Parts: sequence; C-alpha cells; structure tokens
Amino acid sequence: MLEIRNLHARIAETGTEIIRGLNLTVKSGEVAAIMGPNGSGKSTLSYVLAGREDYEVTEGEILYNGESILDLDPAERAAKGIFLAFQYPMEIPGVATMEFLKVAVNSQRKARGEEPLKVPEFLKRVREACASLSIDMAMLKRPLNVGFSGGEKKRAEILQMKLLEPKLCVLDETDSGLDIDALKIVADGVNALRSPERAIVVITHYQRLLQYIVPDSVHVLYKGQVVKSGDKDLALELEANGYAGVIEEAA
Amino acid sequence: MNMQASQTRTAAETALIDTFTARLPALPGDASVTAKRKEAVAALRARGLPNRKIEAWHYTDLRRLLTAIPAFDARNEAKPVAPLLGGSAVLPILNGKAGRAAAIEGVTVVTAAEKLADGSFAPALQPATDDDAVGAINAALAADGWFLDVAPGAAPADPIELQSVQAGGQAHTRLAAHVGEGAKATVVERHVGTGDALVSSVANIVVGEGAELRWLIVQEQPGGATHLGQFNAWIGRNAKLTVFVMNLGGKLVRQEIRVDAKGEGGEFTLRGVNLLAGSTHCDVTMVLDHSAFGTNSTEVIRNIVTDRAEGAFQGQIRVKQQAQKTDAKMACNTLLLSDEGGFSVKPELEIFADDVACGHGATVAEIDRNSLFYLMARGIDEKTARGLLVKAFLAEVIEELEDEAIVEALEAKLDGWFAEHG
Ligand SMILES: Nc1ncnc2c1ncn2[C@@H]1O[C@H](COP(=O)(O)OP(=O)(O)OP(=O)(O)O)[C@@H](O)[C@H]1O
Ligand SMILES: [Mg+2]
Repeated sequence: MLEIRNLHARIAETGTEIIRGLNLTVKSGEVAAIMGPNGSGKSTLSYVLAGREDYEVTEGEILYNGESILDLDPAERAAKGIFLAFQYPMEIPGVATMEFLKVAVNSQRKARGEEPLKVPEFLKRVREACASLSIDMAMLKRPLNVGFSGGEKKRAEILQMKLLEPKLCVLDETDSGLDIDALKIVADGVNALRSPERAIVVITHYQRLLQYIVPDSVHVLYKGQVVKSGDKDLALELEANGYAGVIEEAA
Repeated sequence: MNMQASQTRTAAETALIDTFTARLPALPGDASVTAKRKEAVAALRARGLPNRKIEAWHYTDLRRLLTAIPAFDARNEAKPVAPLLGGSAVLPILNGKAGRAAAIEGVTVVTAAEKLADGSFAPALQPATDDDAVGAINAALAADGWFLDVAPGAAPADPIELQSVQAGGQAHTRLAAHVGEGAKATVVERHVGTGDALVSSVANIVVGEGAELRWLIVQEQPGGATHLGQFNAWIGRNAKLTVFVMNLGGKLVRQEIRVDAKGEGGEFTLRGVNLLAGSTHCDVTMVLDHSAFGTNSTEVIRNIVTDRAEGAFQGQIRVKQQAQKTDAKMACNTLLLSDEGGFSVKPELEIFADDVACGHGATVAEIDRNSLFYLMARGIDEKTARGLLVKAFLAEVIEELEDEAIVEALEAKLDGWFAEHG
C-alpha cells in the first residue's frame, strides 16, 4: 500500500535536511509501528506523507498503491484515503467542529464522485462515532480544537478518522496526553478500523500503546532513516534497553 | 486661511455646489434650517473638500477620490427590498424620500422632511468640526429620512429597519433616534441599491438613562457607489449602545462613528467587518469620548482585503479627566488576501484621567498556513478551506452579537459576498 524509497526531505525555508534516505514499506492490512528518539524525524515523515508545503522532497519516491503522490496537494491525498492524526492538532477559531466534519466528509465524497451525505445519515454516523469514543456531542458545537484538553484533541482526531474512513492511517503520538481509560478507548477505536484493505502506521514512544494495538512490524527511525526493522518484540527490546544499542549497531 | 482655498475647484466640488443651488428651492426647511444649509455650502466653497493633509482625512483624500457626482433625479425608481431580519418594521427611504412607515408599538415615527420643515432639526445640521465634510455635505442637501422616538421603557418586539434604497443619482438622508429611559431596541440602518449613486447619511442618536440600543449599519451598495456615512451618539447613565458596522459594497466608502459616553456607567461596543474587493476604498473612522466616570468600551474591527482594495480604520479614544475607571479596548485585525490590496490602521489614545485601563492592538496577516494545511489534510480543497478560514475570522466578531437571527442574517451576507468575490 505504501512504499517509500530513498526519501530525502528538507525544510523548505532553511534547506535543512531532516529525512535522509528513508526506506519503508507498509502492506495493506498491516499495522506498522514507528519508534525513535525525539527529533529523529517521525513527525516530519508524517507531514511529508500528508503533503505539508513546509517540507520539500529532494530525492526519492513515495508510492501509494503503486502511484507517486508527490505531486498531489494535501486535500487530494486525503481524498485518496491518506489520513494523518496530528501529534499537535491545530486550533481553528471560528470554525465549528460539527460544520468542519460535515465539510470534510462531503469534500472527500465529492472528490471521489459520491453524493454528499444527507444530514440525518451524517448525524447518525457522528453520534455513533462519538458514543464509541466517549465524546460528548456538545463538544462539537465548539470551534475546532479550541480549548479542547490534550486528550480531547486526540480523541477528536480519532473521531475524524472514523468518519473519514481512510485507507492509510498515520497516527503521530496519538497516545501522548491520553489518560489510561482514554488510551484504551482510542486503541479500541483504532483496532476497530483494522482491516485487510487498510494500513495503519502508529508513531509512538511507548510500548504501552503497542500492547493494545499490536503491530505487525516495528521500525526505528534515527536521523531521518529507518535504522532497524523487526516484529513486535523489537518494541519490547527498545523498552527494556533504550535506543543506544540499535543506534550503535546501525552506525 | 486654509491652503485649499487657493486651489482650483474640482469637478466634484463644483457639482456639489451646483446641486445645492438647483435643489435648494425644493429642500424642506424653515429659515433656521436654510441658514445652516447656506453655512455648510459657504464652508465648502471656502475650503473645498478635505485632502490628505487634513489629519482626519489622511487615509481618504476625498478631494482626489470623489470624482464623479451623479445628478439628482427625482424620477429614479428605487424599489424596497426584503428586510435583513425577518419580521422587521421597515421604514423605507427610496431615492432619498421617506416612504410609508410601518406602525411600531412604543415608537413615534416622524419623517425627517417634517423635522426639517419645522426647524427642529436645525441644530443637528451643525457639522461636528471644520473638517466634517460628511456633516457639511449632508447638512446642505439632506432632504428626508426618519426620526424615531422610543418611549421610556418601551421594548419593540421586532427590529426596526431604516431602509435606504438608491437607484443611482444622489440621496442625502438624515436619521435621528431618541431612545427613552430604560427602553430597548434593535435598529438596522441599511443601505442598498442599484447603479452608481452618491449617498450621504447622518444619524444622530441619544441613548437615554439605562436604555439599551443595538444599531446595525449594513452597507451593501453596488460597486460604483459612493457612501458617506456618519453616526453620532450620546450614551446616557448606565445605558448600553452596541454598534455593528458591515461594509460589503461601494467604491468609495467613509463611515464615521462619533460617540460620547457622557453618562456614568455608560457602555459602548463597536464591532465592524469590512469586506473589500475590486478597487473599493473604505474608511471607518471612530472618535470616542469617555466623558464620565466608569464608562466602558470595546472596539473590534475585522477586515478582508482582496484585489486592489484599500481600507483604513482610524480609532481615536479620548478619556476626559473626570472619566476615572474607564476601561477601553480596541483591536483591528486584517486578513490580506492579495498583494495589491492594503489596509491602514491608526489607533490614537488621548488619556487625561489617571485611573484607567486602555489598550489597542492591530494585526495584518495572511491566512494561517498551518490552519490551511490542517483543513486540507482532511480533504477540504484549498479554495473551500480558505473560504472557511476567512469566514471564521469574521464570524467570530459577528457571533458576539449573540442573537441567532442577527448572526444568521449577517453570515448569509458573508456567504453572498464570498460567492461573488471569494
Ligand atoms: N519547520 C521546521 N523548522 C525547523 N526545524 C524543524 C522543522 N520541522 C522539523 N524540524 C526539526 O527536524 C527535526 C525532526 O523533527 P520531528 O518533529 O520530525 O521529530 P520527531 O521524531 O517527531 O520528534 P518527537 O519524538 O519529539 O515528536 C527536529 O530537530 C526538529 O527541530
Ligand atoms: Mg513528533
């Protein structure tokens, strides 16, 4: 589903290279975990996948279902089924959350040549998704993410993911800021989306999340490269010994 | 002697003076009103229209910008439109002439023509200052409009719409309201039309003790129109005045807001949204006096500028020595959507009391890239995402009005504007 080949990306404004020859393949139905020390480029990779303009790809390829997505803007990528749950979701004053959800869902439907959802059907889906994530519907009247607590923001990201039904889900530290119960709720929400047609990339620092969302593969990112890949046991090993060993091995 | 006296008269100055000469016999007014009109024209002859060297007109060089003066034509057919707010009592002003008034409980309504004819409007025709070109042009040529007398304690159930409709030509309108003690009212001052008209409109408002007045100025004239508006108000003890200004149209727009919070505990709120496109020039100028103890005010102006449009906001707050415990906050934020447009802001605080809290802030920004990315990352195409963010920027101010019907009507105006210019 996702194939990243020798990817190099830099900050457009300063020219600083952050992703330095990264290779990664994630198959349909797979759950891949990405771990790595602070500043290794995990969020940058997620932004580059989503098409953020602040980063420039200078070399390499990102193939999604066999096609390059480098020329697509973020909205086009989203309509093709790529979803990024942000590490730090942005607050957008003046845009009511509910209105935003409706526009987002229907924009994607439109891009795929589908009819817009009728209001009752849309509301039904929102109600169900909120119930499964223990989100109070009243929160959706508020401006998008404005004044949401850290955990509420993360839950709101998963709510969007459920409603948009993407094919490739990238979750950037969705576990950080969640209390123990919320972690379980969010993990259940993600597990419910696991399916043979879908791939999920989970960026995390903690083994705890991976106990709930058990990954098929684990990749260690360091200085903009995947320096080691393995199965779920690699996460356990990192939890026990830290990154030092893996980094030395790669150097 | 003013420098301008020696300059040659512009075509617009000549046309205004000629209009006056031609119109005077038909204009309502007793001897005192006629005298005020003649004074105003004499000042125009002597000084000409203000140019950018006059401080109050620094951002709007009226002498240069006011070029064509369309002729007054009594035969212009201006047709009334649906009111902004459903259920409003409409008081029409069609081609500058008051039409048939709706009856409003607790409110006495008289046409400005009558108030001019019997001389009771004469004192109000005095321009505020030597530089008050809007006041002077209007004093010289005002033909009609409305006077509202809201009885003490009255609270008309429905909003009142003062609806000026212009089909080209010229109109000079006088509005006045006296809101009695403890009364409550919502008034919409609406300016709509077809064709490239010249409109001047001056409103003088007294808000009585403990009264609450909400006054919405919605200016949506066609792209070639000139709009010279002035709103003067005096706020009584513990009274509340909320003014909302929305400029969506016109080629040359000057809206002045002069307010005196003269009663203890008086409160003034100004909110404004200016949507500027094409080659519009729009200037909102406020002069606010805090003249009494414990008066509060907040002013928030938000602007969208696209194409080659130009805008300005001048906000002057003067706190008199006796106005201790005054709290005044002013902000002006602009979203610039094109490189060719511009917006100037001039805040001015003159504080003569020592125990006050006053502040102001101004920002000019482009659409936030991070917000744009977030929306697009959810599949919202760039144009729609930009539209959402721009609307959100303005809606924040509109939603402060906290009245569902008003918010909905004003947001519908935004949608209409974006459909045309977005
Ligand atoms: N726009 C930017 N401007 C400047 N530096 C940037 C920018 N974006 C990323 N960086 C730098 O790139 C490096 C990688 O950042 P990134 O956020 O991708 O790390 P991360 O692996 O997600 O870290 P964490 O685990 O702390 O979330 C960091 O050194 C960061 O400071
Ligand atoms: Mg990160």
